[in-house]
Amino acid sequence: MMDYETLGERLAQQGVSRRAFLKFCTAMASLMALPPGTATAIAEALIKARRPSVIWLSFQECTGCTESLTRSYSPTLESLIFDMISLDYHHTLQAASGTAAEAARETAMKENYGKYLVVVDGSIPIGNPGYGAHGGVSFVDHLQQTVKGAAAIIAVGTCAAFGGIPNAKPNPTGAVSVSDLIKDKPIINISGCPPIPAVITGVLAHYLTFGELPELDELGRPKSFYGQTIHDRCYRRPFYDQGKFAKSFDDEGARNGWCLFELGCKGPTTHNACATTKWNGGTSFPIESGHGCLGCSEPHFWDAGSFYTPLSAPTENIATVAAGAAVVGAGVAVALSAADRAKKRRAQQAHEKMTVKDL
Amino acid sequence: MSPPSNNLKDIPIYTQAEEAYSVGNIRALLAEIAARLEKLDENGETGMIDLNSLPFSPGEYEQLRQILGQGEVSARIEAIGPSEIIETHYPGVWWVTHYNVEGDIVADMIEIARLPEIIKSQPEDVHAGLERLKAQLN
Amino acid sequence: MDTQQLLDFVRGPGLQFAAAVFVLGMVYRMLHLILLGRKKNLAEPRGGEWGPGLRTIWHRSIQSVGLTPRGHFIIIVGYVFHFGFMITLLFLSQHIDLLRTLLRFSWPALPPGLITIAAILTIGAMIALLVHRFTDPVKRLISDYQDYLTWTLTFLPLLTGIMLKQGIGLGYQQMLIVHIVTLELLLIAIPFTKLAHMLTTFSARWYNGAISGFRGVQS
Repeated sequence: MMDYETLGERLAQQGVSRRAFLKFCTAMASLMALPPGTATAIAEALIKARRPSVIWLSFQECTGCTESLTRSYSPTLESLIFDMISLDYHHTLQAASGTAAEAARETAMKENYGKYLVVVDGSIPIGNPGYGAHGGVSFVDHLQQTVKGAAAIIAVGTCAAFGGIPNAKPNPTGAVSVSDLIKDKPIINISGCPPIPAVITGVLAHYLTFGELPELDELGRPKSFYGQTIHDRCYRRPFYDQGKFAKSFDDEGARNGWCLFELGCKGPTTHNACATTKWNGGTSFPIESGHGCLGCSEPHFWDAGSFYTPLSAPTENIATVAAGAAVVGAGVAVALSAADRAKKRRAQQAHEKMTVKDL
Repeated sequence: MSPPSNNLKDIPIYTQAEEAYSVGNIRALLAEIAARLEKLDENGETGMIDLNSLPFSPGEYEQLRQILGQGEVSARIEAIGPSEIIETHYPGVWWVTHYNVEGDIVADMIEIARLPEIIKSQPEDVHAGLERLKAQLN
Repeated sequence: MDTQQLLDFVRGPGLQFAAAVFVLGMVYRMLHLILLGRKKNLAEPRGGEWGPGLRTIWHRSIQSVGLTPRGHFIIIVGYVFHFGFMITLLFLSQHIDLLRTLLRFSWPALPPGLITIAAILTIGAMIALLVHRFTDPVKRLISDYQDYLTWTLTFLPLLTGIMLKQGIGLGYQQMLIVHIVTLELLLIAIPFTKLAHMLTTFSARWYNGAISGFRGVQS
């Protein structure tokens, strides 16, 4: 769809009242932790905004990120934000297919050159370009061609942001992240496996309202959602501080809701908004449901040792290595002692006098 | 002070919230509400406080409800999900809660104004409605 | 290499390397010591060796009478340090997680608040001992780089551990990496420095007791 109506016209067309839109902007302001009075200003800015063209590229992904964003049975405030953008290209959601779809993409790029957004989910294989291609064009080429005129790139999901599961050992396809390939465009990483839907919409809302990407951390993630770790906001933190840990699933401690550190929770090293924003419209999040955090919004989390090994325990086998080292140490000791004894015997037989040097 | 009267009907009735003890967070919040209400009183300046951003233990949230209480007005809006607005015991202090279609809270705020913004008819909606009405008349 | 990969490295191959060096070094050192043997004493033994040896190990562990007040200071503060260090190391939940993977059994932990107190006392003791080493003229004269190095390597895990637990300093991820690295440095240094006294003390005391026992003297 390449209509150039403003958002205001679009809403009127859909029969969404300005009051409903104001409610939406109030919710967005609250989500983005902006002062509530700015809702009106946000509404005014968005109403006049031309719907930005968005091209969504899907590469080596499981579609979980798209699912996370679009899973809604009734019009919700999140689907409204989705309506606010002009989604000109999306494999799973678009009506057109084949050459018609590619033509739509190219037209959108040409007509919005320098202003369109590119959303990427999935990692890009560079081991052999043949591992991923649409219509004979490899993912790598597809990405590099499409981002030429982009205003910004939003890498949705840990795969696009950091490589994700295809990138995990032994990485058979040579999967890399968007930021590994594209160096000259602003990239925002919305990591998570999948990311929290409200985070995706929050970032889009921020971009639509302010025309620029929000403040990012050193891994390119928006600080307003990824600035703190799960551990910092976990409601089970008092149990951690008191040393009350669940030792196994469904034991006494687990049933009392104690801290899951010993069951491998990666909360302390994971930055995400799960503990405050939660999942499924604020229903719960992994720790609240009794399972430790997997660390899914951090790079290489698939290779960070078992999900059930606590952060304080080693990820490799130490005991075997230590035993081997003991054997080697013993061997060295025996060998060197034998050599020393031989030297001593030789010295005795040769009736060598002891000198100061020997002491 | 109303003039003394012998008639029972003439004596005004004030409802009061039951005694609730205030805790650290609540006290600070009430102080802020009082400050903003003062501004409204002096020069009509409105204000809003986003409750989502404040740290509350569940008990404290209920305490706030108890302390602010419910006054004379309650309103309900249906716009992509319901929204509930009440005037608290303190006129000018409104509690606005927005829900989405699934019933989750998407925004929760205290608004200090003579009337919350969201209740007022928006100029654009008025204009659109006028067009519709005119079409109806023709 | 990003922070996550660095953390995986220190928790994995890094720990393996440090453990290997530590075990190899200590086994070598102790075995070499024993295998070197002693010069055969041709005199008639007047008593046993083993019993008196063990007796000396115990006897020298408890405070000796007749020490000067300065000596008392060292003994007491030294004990505070050693006990505090052992309590912090052995009775914090997270440390037990680590040891459990090595030893295949575990024991109950102490409340973290208690461990924090123990760690702070240990740090205090270490600082007191360092100050003493600086200010006492004799100690200052005979202290060399190894003394200060071993002090630092022992101090760092304690300091970084407290910082990690209390959330001071860098973020959890970085602080955890630093804490584990300081532990690995300490482990690697132990067999090659005077820190090997954790085993050699006992063999040395045994030997002294054995000599006395051989001669029929009370050890």
